[in-house]
Amino acid sequence: MKRFFSKIASIFKSKKTVRDRNPIAYAFVFPYVLMFLIFIVIPVVAAIMLAFTYFDTVRAPTLVGFENFINILTNDQEFMQYVIPNTLKYAIIVGPGGYILSFLLAWLLAQVTPKVRTVLALIIYSPSLTAGVTMAVLWKVIFAGDETGYLNMFLLNLGFINEPIAWLTSKEYLMPIMIGVTLWSSMGVGFLAMLAGILNVNQDLYEAGYIDGIKNKFQEMIYITIPTIKPQMLFGAVMAIVGTFGASGIGVALSGSNPTPQYAGQLIVNHIEFFGFTKYEMGYAAALSVILLLIVYFVSRFAFRLFGSKDE
Amino acid sequence: MMMKKKRRSKFQATKINPSRFHPVQIRYLLVLLPISLVMLLPLLFIFNHALKPFEELFAFPPRFLVKNPTLVNFRNLFALTGTSGIPMSRYLFNSLIVTILVIVISILISTMAGYALSKLNFKGKRLLNEINTIALMFVGVAVTIPRYLIIEKLGLIDSFWIHVLPYLAIPVGLFLVKQFIDQIPSDLIDAARIDGANDWQIYRKIVVPLIKPAIATIMILSFQTVWNSADTSATYINTDSLKTFAFYMGTLTTNTNAVAGQGMAAAASLIMFVPNLIIFIILQSKVIDTMAHSGIK
Repeated sequence: MKRFFSKIASIFKSKKTVRDRNPIAYAFVFPYVLMFLIFIVIPVVAAIMLAFTYFDTVRAPTLVGFENFINILTNDQEFMQYVIPNTLKYAIIVGPGGYILSFLLAWLLAQVTPKVRTVLALIIYSPSLTAGVTMAVLWKVIFAGDETGYLNMFLLNLGFINEPIAWLTSKEYLMPIMIGVTLWSSMGVGFLAMLAGILNVNQDLYEAGYIDGIKNKFQEMIYITIPTIKPQMLFGAVMAIVGTFGASGIGVALSGSNPTPQYAGQLIVNHIEFFGFTKYEMGYAAALSVILLLIVYFVSRFAFRLFGSKDE
Repeated sequence: MMMKKKRRSKFQATKINPSRFHPVQIRYLLVLLPISLVMLLPLLFIFNHALKPFEELFAFPPRFLVKNPTLVNFRNLFALTGTSGIPMSRYLFNSLIVTILVIVISILISTMAGYALSKLNFKGKRLLNEINTIALMFVGVAVTIPRYLIIEKLGLIDSFWIHVLPYLAIPVGLFLVKQFIDQIPSDLIDAARIDGANDWQIYRKIVVPLIKPAIATIMILSFQTVWNSADTSATYINTDSLKTFAFYMGTLTTNTNAVAGQGMAAAASLIMFVPNLIIFIILQSKVIDTMAHSGIK
C-alpha cells in the first residue's frame, strides 16, 4: 500500500520530458478519458461520498458519518448471516477454482496439435459467451422442480431419488448449482490470455530446462511455464477476481426472485441492488458498494504480490 | 541408463505447441475430451430444445435430442408482440443498432487513447496508465446506484444514448490495445514523422493497420458486453420501444412458466448466443494473438 502511494507520488514528480510533450496527445485521449471519468471514476467517487450519508432519493442526502458502515457490521442480520458467508463460499470456489481450471485447461490445450486445440478451445471458451443470464431458460428446464425437469427425470430413472427435488428454490441446492453454472462459463478472457501466454513461451527455455535436469511435465510447468507467463497469469487472476465478485445475476435469474429463497443464493451485489432499488436506501447501498470495491481491490493486490514482477 | 534416456526423450517429444501428432498426446486428449463434452452438452441442449416442436418440448419422459426439428418456435417468437404491442423485431433492431454504435465508437476512442498512451508524451500519461490498470479491477455492478444518479443528473434517463455511452470506455480494451501498440517499434513512427506525417496520419496509416488483432479483441469484448446486457434497459429505460432484445429475452424467461413460452425462450437464447459464437469463430486467431500481450507487468 505504501509502495503504491509513493508510486503515485513519483508520477506527479516526474518532469523530465517536458520538452517532448505533445499537446495533440490530449485530443487523442480526450474522448476515452471523458467517458472513463463520467461512467467509471465519478461513480466510484460518488459511491464513496454517498456511503457516509443517509439518502432516500426524495430528500437531499444528510451526512451520517460512519453510521452506514457500523450498521452493516452490527445490525444487518442478513448481511452477516447469509450474504457474507454466501459471497465468501461462492468466491472461494469459483475464483481460485475457476482460475486453476482455466490454467490447467489452457496448459493441456497447449500440449496437443493446433487443429484439435482450436476446436477444443472454442468449445471450452464458448460457454463464457453466454454471460450466465442469457442461458437462464436452459437451466430452468434442466433443473425444473417437477418430474418434467431433465435432472429430476434422470435421477428418478436411476433410482437415486424417490420424488422430484425443487432444485432452484431449495436452500441446499441453489448455491451449488450457481457455482456449477458459473464454473461452466468461467473460461473467458483470462483463459485465452493464459493459453496465448503458454503457446508463446520460447522453446529454447524448455531446452535449457532439460539440460538443467527437468525430469517431467509437472516440473516443466512449475519451473518454466508458470514463471515465464506470470504477466498473463496476473491478468487472468484479475479477470477471475473481478468476474467472481461482480457476479450477481445468476442466483436471481435462476431462482427468479431477489432476495433469493431463504437468502440461499444472496451475494453482495444482490444485497446492494436490494437496498438500492427495492428499499431506496441509497447511502446504505453505497456503503455496501464501497466494501465490495475494497474487497476486490485488496484481493487483486494479493494477486499482484503473487504474480507481479519484483521491481514493482 | 538406457531406460532413463528413453523415458526422457518420450516426455520431451510432447513439446508445448506440437506441430505433429504423437501418441503421447493421447493422455492429454483423454482428459480434454470428456471435459469438452461436458462443456458442450448444455449448448447442444439449447440447440435441440429450440428446434423441438410443441409435443416434444413437453413429451414425457423428456428427451435430450430433437426428433422432428422445426422452426416453429422461431416463427412464434417473431410473430409475438410485447405487452405494449411492440413487435419482437423492434427489440432486435434496437440491439443491433446499439451494438454497432458501441463497437465502432469504443474501437475508435480506445485505439486513439492507446496510441497516445503508448507513443506520445503528455502530462498525466503515467497517471492515466496507472488509473486505467487499477480500473481493470473495477466492478461495474458495484456502482449501479451512483451511476444511476449521475445519469439522471445528465438527463439521460429513458434516452437511446444511455445504451451506448456507459459501454464506450472499456479499461480492459484500452489496456490490451496499449500493450499491443507497445510492440510497434518507435523507429517506424519517428521515420513517418520525419517524412512529414502528422499524428492523425500516423495513427490512421501506420498504427491502425498494425493493431488489427487488438481491434478484433475489443470488438469481441464490447460485443459481448453490449449484446448480452439487459441491465441498461431494465434500469435506465422506461419506454418499451427503446428496450433491447436481451431485456426482452429476460421477460420471456421469467413470464413464461406458462408452458408455451419455453420453446420461444429457447429460440431467443439461441438468437442471443449464435452471433457471439460466429464473431468469435471469425476473430479467434486474432484474439489469441492479442492475448499473448495481455500480461500485466
